Amino acid sequence: MIVAVVPAYNEEQEVGNVVRNTLPFVDRVLVVDDGSTDNTAQVARDAGAVVVAHAINRGLGASLGTGIKSARKIGGKKIITLDADGQHLAEEIPLFVRALDGHEVVLGSRMIEMKGNMPVFRRAAQRVGNMLTYVMFGLMVSDSQSGFRGFSAAAADALEIKTDRMEVSSEIISEIQKSGFKWTEVPITAIYTEYSLSKGQSFTVGIKTALKLFIHRIKS
Amino acid sequence: MFSAIQLLIILFALFAVTRVVIKVRSRSIPMTWATLWIVIWVGAGVVALLPQTTDLLAARVGIGRGADLLVYLSVMVLFYLIFRLVVKVESMQQDMTKLVRAISMKDLDNKKGEDSSE
Repeated sequence: MIVAVVPAYNEEQEVGNVVRNTLPFVDRVLVVDDGSTDNTAQVARDAGAVVVAHAINRGLGASLGTGIKSARKIGGKKIITLDADGQHLAEEIPLFVRALDGHEVVLGSRMIEMKGNMPVFRRAAQRVGNMLTYVMFGLMVSDSQSGFRGFSAAAADALEIKTDRMEVSSEIISEIQKSGFKWTEVPITAIYTEYSLSKGQSFTVGIKTALKLFIHRIKS
Repeated sequence: MFSAIQLLIILFALFAVTRVVIKVRSRSIPMTWATLWIVIWVGAGVVALLPQTTDLLAARVGIGRGADLLVYLSVMVLFYLIFRLVVKVESMQQDMTKLVRAISMKDLDNKKGEDSSE
C-alpha cells in the first residue's frame, strides 16, 4: 500500500486541493493536522484524507514523525511525504514509488534538473544549506531541504525523528548517513506561488535552523 | 556596623531560604535541589556577613579580590544551571511530542475501526 503523508498547519486554503490531487497516485492520503487553529482537519477529511490531529502545535518534524508512524500503522509499505501548501506536484509521486523498489529512501530534489521557478535567492540559500549539511553530516545531497520524500517500510520503521521543528530535513539526512540506508534522488519540480512563499522558510528561520543544527552536532 | 548592601544581601538570603523551605515542604521541588539552593543562599549570607573570608580563598586560587572570585563562581554556576535548564526543556519538548503523537494516533485506531466496518 502506498500512503502519502501530508503534514499541515493552518493550510485550509490549499490542503483540500493537495489531497484531491494526490489521491489518484496513492492508496491513502494521511494528513497530520498539527494543531491548526483553522479548518485544516475538516477540509482534509472532506477531500478524502485520513486525518491524524495533534492536540497542540508541535512543528514540522513532529508532524512528519507522527505521519510516518501512522502511515505504517494503517499498513503503508511505501510512504511518500509532501507539503500541504501545494508546492509539490502529485504527478511526480510515481517517480518516488518506482525508485523505492531499489532504495530505502528517495529524496526529491529541485536542483537536479532545475525544473520550475525556484527564486534565485532561494537557490542560493539552498546551496548554503547543502554545504552545511555536508559539513555536519557528511552526505552530499543536492537539495537538503526538500519536503518531497519517499520511505520504504524498513526505513520508516528505523527512522527516528527527534527534532520537532524545521531542522527535521537535515536530521533525516543524518539518519540516512547513520543507518546506511540505500538512497537516491529524483528530480522534482519546484512550484513557487505567492502562497507557498508566504508560508515557507524565511531567512530568520533559516539562520535559526543552521544554529540548531550546529548545537545538535555538538551534542551528538 | 553593617553597610546597606550587606544588610540587603543578608535579608534577601533569609527570604530566599524561607522560600526554598516552603517549596520543599509542599514538595514542589525535590530535596536535593532544595539542599543546593539552601547551601547557595546560606553561603551568600555568610559572605555578606564576613566579606574577608572570600579574600582568603581568592588569594589561595590566585585572584586578587574575594568579590571577584564570587562573581566568577556565580557566572560559572549560572551558566551551568542555564545549560541544565535548556537540556531539560528540550527533553520535555520531546516528551510532549511523544504524548501528543500517542494521543493523535489513538484517534487513528478508532478511524481504522470505522473504515473496516464500512
